[in-house]
Amino acid sequence: MTHGRTRFIIGFLAFPVLLYLVYVISPYAQAFYIAMTNWRGVNANPQFVGLENFRRLLDDAVFWKAVWHNLLLLILLPVGTITIALFFAYLLNVGGGGRGVGGIRGSGFYKVVFFFPQVLAVAIIAVLFQQVFRPDRGGMLNGPLMALGIEPIGFLSNPDIALWSVLGVLIWQAVGFYVVLFSAGMASIPKEMYEAAQIDGAGRAAMFFRVTLPLLWDTVQVGWVYLGIAALDVFAVVWVMTAEQGGPDHSTTVIAAEIYRNAFDYFKFGYASAMGVVLFFFTIGFAVLALRLSRRERIEY
Amino acid sequence: MTISRAEVRQARRVRLGPLSYLSHVALVVWTILVVVPLAWTFLASFKSEDEIFSGAWTFPAVPRFDNWARAWEQAHVGQYFLNSVIVVACSTFGTMLLGSMAAYVLSRYRFRGNRAIYLLFVSGLAFPVYLALTPLFFVVQNMGQLPLIGQFIGLNTHGGLILVYIAYSLPFTVFFLAAFFRTLPTAVAEAAFVDGASHTRVFFQIMLPMARPGIVSVTIFNVLGQWNQYQLPLVLLSGEARDKWVLTQGIASISTAAGYDADWSALFAALSMAILPMIIIYTVFQRQIQAGLTAGALK
Repeated sequence: MTHGRTRFIIGFLAFPVLLYLVYVISPYAQAFYIAMTNWRGVNANPQFVGLENFRRLLDDAVFWKAVWHNLLLLILLPVGTITIALFFAYLLNVGGGGRGVGGIRGSGFYKVVFFFPQVLAVAIIAVLFQQVFRPDRGGMLNGPLMALGIEPIGFLSNPDIALWSVLGVLIWQAVGFYVVLFSAGMASIPKEMYEAAQIDGAGRAAMFFRVTLPLLWDTVQVGWVYLGIAALDVFAVVWVMTAEQGGPDHSTTVIAAEIYRNAFDYFKFGYASAMGVVLFFFTIGFAVLALRLSRRERIEY
Repeated sequence: MTISRAEVRQARRVRLGPLSYLSHVALVVWTILVVVPLAWTFLASFKSEDEIFSGAWTFPAVPRFDNWARAWEQAHVGQYFLNSVIVVACSTFGTMLLGSMAAYVLSRYRFRGNRAIYLLFVSGLAFPVYLALTPLFFVVQNMGQLPLIGQFIGLNTHGGLILVYIAYSLPFTVFFLAAFFRTLPTAVAEAAFVDGASHTRVFFQIMLPMARPGIVSVTIFNVLGQWNQYQLPLVLLSGEARDKWVLTQGIASISTAAGYDADWSALFAALSMAILPMIIIYTVFQRQIQAGLTAGALK
């Protein structure tokens, strides 16, 4: 059995590991170094400048706007998505009513339709909603408003509203996935739990908070981490849908968009990499924090 | 005593009262929120430009199928579509082959450095891809300088994009499949070894077929993830190589770059071309796709 074992292990691992080192590990490692250089322009000769880029980031108002938007999304995207998804998943699986517990009629249909946005590319959805939000008679939302003689809403052109439009699109896309995820979790909760609670006189709301939520906590926690990381990685919706790619007036820009803009529009490779390093620490910090804060005693059933 | 189903249902409805109806209303409202933008896009794809801008909710006087023809031909959506198919077919195949090979060795063989290599792969799950973008651009550019193979894997080539897709799909694929291989029984493989089968043969003819459910889930996950990728092609396939562009990139550029003289009817047709196949494929394989996409989160 040991015949050719070593050769087999090396043969199977060599190519995947090589590919991974070249395309994933080496860029990440280089990024930390590039972040400490003043590399500008494709053919320039970069010099080591230490933490200079990070110092400049502190004074960069646009970057701080981007950070602030990411932090807002980091809180609002999980809260909004998880609340809506839990509500629907509960209706579809438990809150159907009647004696005992069961899903609402047609729950299969809803789960299929709610999942639609999940299979579409974010870039495609961004183009689609750019048209939905159009400020003229051709806009899906503003068209009827204008027909009624109401001023059109600047979903993407009003700096006070634009970020909410971005958030709306992100939630619109995410909800279906979490309805399905939470449904799978709820399906594994034994029916006797609910029946016992019902006999004790619990209503549907009480059942949700006393039975479903505690038993589903692990899954909710996973969803929380996923959505948080998704919020830190927002790019395509902002880049494709919003005016001036992060505007108007930087009102929707996010860190990923600033990284792309600085690297591939301005060719400030060092500066963009410094932003990437900041994003990296945000992501790691969030993941650690989320897992710490939401740690609870696991309920066995 | 016998009670008909209808009577039971009637009794339930009375007991539930308005709350049950409110639940249904909430579900219907979200259904509308999901379906209407998609249906509206589809409707607009058959309208003329005048019809689109004179009223968002009017029906076309006659269905303008030529919008679809223009999007497919002049806006190059046909080309982008084909490019996406080629890239995703190759990259998903490569991801599954290399990913399952690495996952199998790492999960079923003990050797020095095993744990370190496994952690190296899994650590990739935690990194934001935006950190790597700049160096990645230069890595791919440098690969293009290699003798002989360089011209196939440099910037603005499908080969380069495919290799990058594979590399960035490995962390999840290895993580998921390694966990899956660990759950498989060892008896069958041991029996095959006794019969003199080689390690390679045991992997391809015994372990891979046994791991089929896991392979299917991750394949679906990778196909969708790579098909919907936008960021990486944006960096690696520049404006000088429009004939190489993938679907997401192509359609996004129709709307961002075109400005006022954009062909809006064709844009809606292009959007419909990107959306419809996904909705149809998803509806047919919904069980597998839902399972494939949520599998990662449930592990």
